[in-house]
Amino acid sequence: MLKVNNLHAGVEGNEILNGINLEVKAGEVHAIMGPNGSGKSTLASVIAGKEEFEITEGNIELNGVDLVDTSPEERAHKGIFLSFQYPVEIPGVSVTNFMKTAINESRKARGLEDMPANQMLKLIREKSELLEIDRKFLSRSLNEGFSGGEKKRNEIFQMAMLEPKLAILDETDSGLDIDALRIVANGVNKLKSKDNAIIVITHYQRLLEYIIPDFVHVIHEGKIVKSGTKELALELEDKGYDWLKNESVV
Amino acid sequence: MDLKDKLVSSFLAFENNIDVDHPVHDIRSEAIKNFELKGFPNRKEEAWKYTSLNSIQKVDFSIFPKETNALEYKDVKRYFLHEIDTYKIVFIDGVYSSFLSETTHDGVDICLMSAALSKPMYKQIIDVYFNEVASKDESLTTLNTAFSKEGAYIYIPKNKMPKKPIEILHFATGNEAALLLQPRNLIIAEENAELQIIERHQSLTSNEVLTNCVTEIFAAKNAIIDYYKVQNDVKNASLIDNTYISQKSNSVVKVHTFSFGGKLTRNNLNYYQNGEYIDSTMKGVTILGEKQHVDHHTLVHHRQPNCESHQDYKGIYGEKSMGVFNGKIIVDKIAQKTNAFQQNNNILISDKATINTKPQLEIFADDVKCSHGCTIGQLDEEAMFYLQTRGIPKKEAAALLMYAFANNVLASVRIPELKMRINRLIANKLGVQLGFDL
Repeated sequence: MLKVNNLHAGVEGNEILNGINLEVKAGEVHAIMGPNGSGKSTLASVIAGKEEFEITEGNIELNGVDLVDTSPEERAHKGIFLSFQYPVEIPGVSVTNFMKTAINESRKARGLEDMPANQMLKLIREKSELLEIDRKFLSRSLNEGFSGGEKKRNEIFQMAMLEPKLAILDETDSGLDIDALRIVANGVNKLKSKDNAIIVITHYQRLLEYIIPDFVHVIHEGKIVKSGTKELALELEDKGYDWLKNESVV
Repeated sequence: MDLKDKLVSSFLAFENNIDVDHPVHDIRSEAIKNFELKGFPNRKEEAWKYTSLNSIQKVDFSIFPKETNALEYKDVKRYFLHEIDTYKIVFIDGVYSSFLSETTHDGVDICLMSAALSKPMYKQIIDVYFNEVASKDESLTTLNTAFSKEGAYIYIPKNKMPKKPIEILHFATGNEAALLLQPRNLIIAEENAELQIIERHQSLTSNEVLTNCVTEIFAAKNAIIDYYKVQNDVKNASLIDNTYISQKSNSVVKVHTFSFGGKLTRNNLNYYQNGEYIDSTMKGVTILGEKQHVDHHTLVHHRQPNCESHQDYKGIYGEKSMGVFNGKIIVDKIAQKTNAFQQNNNILISDKATINTKPQLEIFADDVKCSHGCTIGQLDEEAMFYLQTRGIPKKEAAALLMYAFANNVLASVRIPELKMRINRLIANKLGVQLGFDL
């Protein structure tokens, strides 16, 4: 599904990603771990199309199509979703209205008519029940005054509504207590299928107890320095990142 | 002949058609003398530094329209808040249209200034209130005073509340190549009275229109007034809107100004607090494009202790538009425990757009809380990226963010249908269809 080939990217001449190679197949869950500043979030942003980053070498393919020259919204229409670490507040626009706009813009891009109102309501009801979201929550302004847990749960609700092929969850666990973490992880697990793929970006192993990855990659100084199965995450939890840093120097 | 000379010499002709024995005429005569002395303001004056009236003065405005046009309701329905029932005071080219209006004398007076100035039953009120709070030396106000004859007259007695909101609408039909309108409104809410007003000036042609409007508002003890100004005129229409508000103890007067259209708009909004525990609130959303120009000049004069004032103006400026915000707050020595807040936030979405923003605080009391803040910025890139990752294209994403930026001003609009209308005007102005009414 996703192929990242020798990806080099940076901001204003400072290279942050130094040749990332990553392949994610449908039905897989990949975890990307690494210390602060290693390039994890940059990789997520670059895959989602953030224009601030310049790709200097390599490419990103989704189902064989090169994404490098496409805008973030085009990538969303093609099925990429990025859950933000810090979701943006939009006062005056309810969660429901926001989702209507997002869904209908995607439909427009695919040459479809707007989704009929009753179908939209049904979809909203279905997905909010799936994620145990109170209906009242949906009429509140997007992310305004939401707690950390509510913001993250709302990100997963949006993911459920948009049904992406590839979802990237950027530090979805940060700032969550254990109960909120469990709810968010359960939501993600319910959305997992053989047709989609998920990349979980995290600093800690904690989230991976709930969202079990098929593969774990460790990123350091903009490169994947080690890949393995879920046991690698446990090893990192035990030993920290330092042994990997040393390894990469060698 | 320049516009000033033309106006001054027209005053004699004006006198031929009105009752010169009425006491108000002494006020008019005084006012024209002042205008003759001062003339139009120019950019050497601090208050007019960023707004020039030079080009307006070159236009050969017709001061007394020759004939009036009739309008069909269906042709102008969209300018009314037709979703709900309202009282309506409607003028076509400055002349009252009884056909389009719905006035009342049932417990409250919602009618015409010309009636109030001519009928004996109103004389006592006119003697007390007419030109009481309006400036006697600001030249454009005195120009309006000199020619004051027609406009809205609203009197709400003690403990009364009109059954529905009041709309004041002025249409210009283009029956003159260039038309000068000078409406004069007087609004009085007695003790514990409450009312809601929506005011709109709308030109229906591409002919030049200049409106120099003066509104005097009196809020007695405990009175509550909500005043909404919808400024979405066509591109050859200019408006100088002078509003003077006098408040007594415990009264609440809120003015919302929505400026989306017109060529040149100047809002002079002046509050005078003449009692304690007063709330004076003014809010504005300005969204401009092309070469539009809007200048907001506010004044709050805190003359008594324990009062509040709140100002919150949001501006979004595109293309070659220009905005001005000048917020003056005066706190007299006696006005201890004053709370005065002022906020002006702006987004420039074009390199060629301009905003000049200036707080002006004159505080003579020592136990007060005054805060002011102004910001000028661009749209937040991270927020844009967030919306784009949800599949929302740049233009729509920008519109959503601008709407969110202006939202807290809209939140205090208390007529839901008006709020919907403003939302739609904003969506239009931003050129987007978001699949729902904002």
